[in-house]
Amino acid sequence: MVSIDVWNASVDFPIFDAKSRSLKKLALGKVGGKIGSEGRVPIIEALHDISLSLKEGSRVGLVGHNGAGKSTLLRLLAGIYEPTRGHSRIIGKVAPVFDLGVGMDPEISGYENIMIRGLYLGMTRKQMEARVDDISAFTELGDYLQMPLRTYSTGMRVRLALGVVTSINPEILLLDEGIGAVDAAFMAKARDRLKDLVARSGLLVFANHSDEFLAEFCDTAIWMDEGHVKMHGDLREVLTAYKGYDPFERMHMPHEAPVLSGNGGE
Amino acid sequence: MTPVRSVLVQATSTVDRPEVPPASTKSRSFRRAFADVREAWAHRELWGHLGWQDIKQRYRRSVIGPLWITISMATTALALGLLYSTLLGTPIDTFLPYVTVGFIIWNFILGCVIEGTDVFIVNEGLIKHLPAPITIHVMRMVWRQVLFLLHNLVVYVIVLAIFFTALDKPYQMTPNGPMNPGLSWEIVLAIPGLVLLALNAVWVALLFGVISTRFRDIPPVVNSFINLVFFMTPIVWDASILTKVTGGGDMGWRMLVAELNPVYHFVEIVRAPLLGHTVDWHHWAIVGGFTVVGWFAALVILRNYRARVSYWV
Repeated sequence: MVSIDVWNASVDFPIFDAKSRSLKKLALGKVGGKIGSEGRVPIIEALHDISLSLKEGSRVGLVGHNGAGKSTLLRLLAGIYEPTRGHSRIIGKVAPVFDLGVGMDPEISGYENIMIRGLYLGMTRKQMEARVDDISAFTELGDYLQMPLRTYSTGMRVRLALGVVTSINPEILLLDEGIGAVDAAFMAKARDRLKDLVARSGLLVFANHSDEFLAEFCDTAIWMDEGHVKMHGDLREVLTAYKGYDPFERMHMPHEAPVLSGNGGE
Repeated sequence: MTPVRSVLVQATSTVDRPEVPPASTKSRSFRRAFADVREAWAHRELWGHLGWQDIKQRYRRSVIGPLWITISMATTALALGLLYSTLLGTPIDTFLPYVTVGFIIWNFILGCVIEGTDVFIVNEGLIKHLPAPITIHVMRMVWRQVLFLLHNLVVYVIVLAIFFTALDKPYQMTPNGPMNPGLSWEIVLAIPGLVLLALNAVWVALLFGVISTRFRDIPPVVNSFINLVFFMTPIVWDASILTKVTGGGDMGWRMLVAELNPVYHFVEIVRAPLLGHTVDWHHWAIVGGFTVVGWFAALVILRNYRARVSYWV
């Protein structure tokens, strides 16, 4: 049973500048009278007192202004950050798609990159070998897959990354915003595959500014504001509260949307 | 935009959710530390692949590729062997194999310590973007160093073939030095020796890697002192010299220079069998002790700070 539970979790980032991260400072600091340097390190409270319970079948959209803690929350849900206070429990195989560039090596070929990214996402070599043809057909990169990745355009890289991600079977799928930069024809194709992927995955959390996308993939939503969960509930209610109007009234047909990353949010 | 009161509409069912977090969610526990190491082992296909990739990557556009690793080791060993056998007045046919093997092992230790200190720092991007046990990055680094070592062992095989006649019977490194029994079945002891070496490399990288991620002064400190360790370790000189200069049969305090240096024991457990030197069990006992104590320290660090690494990088 796939689930994510978070109990009163906070994520605080210590900000070490070059000086406070050194041993010298720590030693001198003790002479000053206050023992323990951790207290003097400035802290950014990225998430504050988050309690969530997501079960199999959840399709959650994540909205909020820049810096509201969306990406940090996704990393908490992925298990990358364990809460500094509070607890979290993640049951299931997590496939995070935060930055399409990470885990991609510009010097090696597209094929090799497909393999490595797949291994990182928890696949075995055999499973990836079985999927390479499918990915190569989907990305339409053809012979380019033999070329080193540095010869690729941005759009081609996104195609490759999307190809890999959509070919796996994740139990928990976490998507951050920023899947743009591909042409409209490819996007229509990617959308279908993303839809498939979402249908296959047990649990989805999707940060995006585009109402069309949220409407298509999610049924509930979380509104993050200054590190707090400001609202958690039905997608339409949350979006209406967040935007100040009901976006579903003026919704286009989803397939007319040209790119994934809209400029909504404000 | 008008501010909205915080509303918490729990859309999903909360039936099976325990009100209080179960004890297993505790971040700081030995169970989680062990799980990190165990899961990293389960991911061996990943770090195995990445370790190879790192080597291929380094020599990607060169014509002879990883053969450069072997060639550079051969050149260094030859130069060091010729120079020091002349300086110390020792016969080249036993001294060159000695320097070659010592330098190959030293290179492995050096690589693991230097790259171990910044193993998490250089993997910042991966640590922040993909949930994976942090031990994976250590395993990848150690595996890469093992592959370098295997490339370098080719030099050992060549040197052994050339000087085999000098090594397969009892011999002395220096005219008055101790008698070495010569190559025998004991050569297979090099395999458990190498395994122990790699096992220790993992805890060193885990321990120093985590500490260095928090305190960024550690890598430069290690970098500047490691050269000193090289000169203090019997690699281009023979430990028996230490007893000779003290005169008499007394081991003397000078012997402590080697005995108190842990690197000496690590070098010796692999080097002695490969060269047909006397296999001295006290080296094995000391290395065994380091393995146990080191792993314990690494697990304590892993227990307490494993979850902090992604915050610190």
